[in-house]
Amino acid sequence: MAKTIEIRWHGRGGQGTVTAAKVLADACLSGGRYVQAFPEYGPERAGAPIRAFNRVSEHVIRMYGPVLHPKVVSIADATLMDAINVTEGAPDDAIFIVNTSKDPKEVREKLGARDTQKVFTVNASKIAVECFGKPLPNSSMLGAIIKVTGIVEMDALLENVKKSFGKKFAQKIIDGNLDATKRGYEEVKEG
Amino acid sequence: MGKIVAVTGNEACAQALKQINPDVCAAYPITPATDLMQRFSGFVSDGKVDTELVLVESEHSAMSACIGAAAAGGRVATATSSQGLALMWEMLYIAAGTRLPIIMPLVNRALSAPLNIHGDHSDGMGARDTGWIQLYSENAQEAYDNTIQAFRIAEHLDIRLPAMVCMDGFIVSHSIERVEYIDDADVKNFVGKFQAVHPLLDLDNPKSYGPLILTDLYHEYKRAQHEVMTKVPKVVLEVASDFEKMTGRKYGLFETYRLEDAEIAVVVMSSAAGTTKDIIDQYRDKGVKAGLLKPRMFRPFPYLEIADALKHLKAIAVLDRADSFGGYGPLFMEISSAVMSMDTKPAMINKIFGLGGRDYLPDQAEQVLDELVKVAKTGKVQTVKEYIGVRE
Repeated sequence: MAKTIEIRWHGRGGQGTVTAAKVLADACLSGGRYVQAFPEYGPERAGAPIRAFNRVSEHVIRMYGPVLHPKVVSIADATLMDAINVTEGAPDDAIFIVNTSKDPKEVREKLGARDTQKVFTVNASKIAVECFGKPLPNSSMLGAIIKVTGIVEMDALLENVKKSFGKKFAQKIIDGNLDATKRGYEEVKEG
Repeated sequence: MGKIVAVTGNEACAQALKQINPDVCAAYPITPATDLMQRFSGFVSDGKVDTELVLVESEHSAMSACIGAAAAGGRVATATSSQGLALMWEMLYIAAGTRLPIIMPLVNRALSAPLNIHGDHSDGMGARDTGWIQLYSENAQEAYDNTIQAFRIAEHLDIRLPAMVCMDGFIVSHSIERVEYIDDADVKNFVGKFQAVHPLLDLDNPKSYGPLILTDLYHEYKRAQHEVMTKVPKVVLEVASDFEKMTGRKYGLFETYRLEDAEIAVVVMSSAAGTTKDIIDQYRDKGVKAGLLKPRMFRPFPYLEIADALKHLKAIAVLDRADSFGGYGPLFMEISSAVMSMDTKPAMINKIFGLGGRDYLPDQAEQVLDELVKVAKTGKVQTVKEYIGVRE
């Protein structure tokens, strides 16, 4: 793994994108690593496009401010590809992970991804509805991210999904999110 | 060995307050400090601390209640930001003039108008002359560590002054990062038992607080207040030394980064110092001898020590995340005062950045370093004060 990996999350207010960035940071603490997770604070409205960021490094992270050149771009809502420039600043070796039912090849075209960039898709909303009855995609997105990047072990991630949801939700919802995380890991496809 | 967690700056400060378990906290919510005291009030409700939490109707009342509780003989803390600090203004001077060691995390935020909830140093800089000790923190770890050290510094029997622990609003207060917590018992032991000095609740020895002092002795009283401030640096260093023994983490009056052999340097406080260090490394790789100085203790200001650390430089850029309209940035004014004592003075420029939470991005640091290279070469400064990261 590179010394520092930077992730940018695109989602819509109320989808749990910020929570997902937090869960990932918590999980990545393992192995003595340094982490950052923070959203971009603006007017906080349900449904509005939001961005959140992660940095994970083997060294102390001193850089503050938004991630400008994300190695990983997680797009939790495919309609954002029409609304904003989700590829902005992404380097040649960037990885895009999109929540969509569409074929990865079609998404690659839509994104205008370069040949050196990788595009993955996962039907995270559908998985979420099947696992816990709500179209909240980010547990599955987390599963897909760790599959594609190997940034952290599944056990560490599941433990932190459990911890995060355990504070607020019933056991059924927690179990559903754990299943969704595992299915995101298994069902992510490359295009 | 402490525990490693991923938490926000606010969460880390609330944890420090929990571990210290003050006698009284009086607070009023204001973004971005709200979340800090909200977490602490959770500890009160859950019985994790013995603190009496006084929920008041304004920040003026919050500081007034803190002053009353501290004069009564309690260990006291609160937290605020921006307009909240501004509303406390009158009471800040009374807390300091009455020599009450109140501890206040200040989550730095811009001042109105126009209304803005994001981070800059306008609030803290406005409280420069209140007589409070001010420590600024780069990240959540420093905010946590500084909060713990602030109790020891403020409550030291030679000092007995209130102290603000500053961190950048949202940038640090609401970002999750890796923080190493110290064990509860170690924090408790480090901070020690609170010693009340002239407590009002010692009813056998009645005393009076807040007397009227006119032309006969007010002038002397104020000189005495300055004298106490001059003793603070020694205590800050003693406390830092003990803290390092406990945690291995080193603190001083300020931090230097690659400064010893530098020809040019950036002086900047808080989170922007972190970003700047990364860019300095890139310039070092290109062979540019760049360094950084990050003031930690802004009040009292260590003029001589900082002058000594900067004396070999050809050019210095002072970055202010606050402004003095019609004047230079507040940090620039202090560094200029420090430079005054040098025989050969470095060329100096002042950049105002990041007001109202405007991102301080790597290209801004690069722009500053590029200009410093030129200034060092020619010895000429075009414009002393400029704004960077401005949308044109």
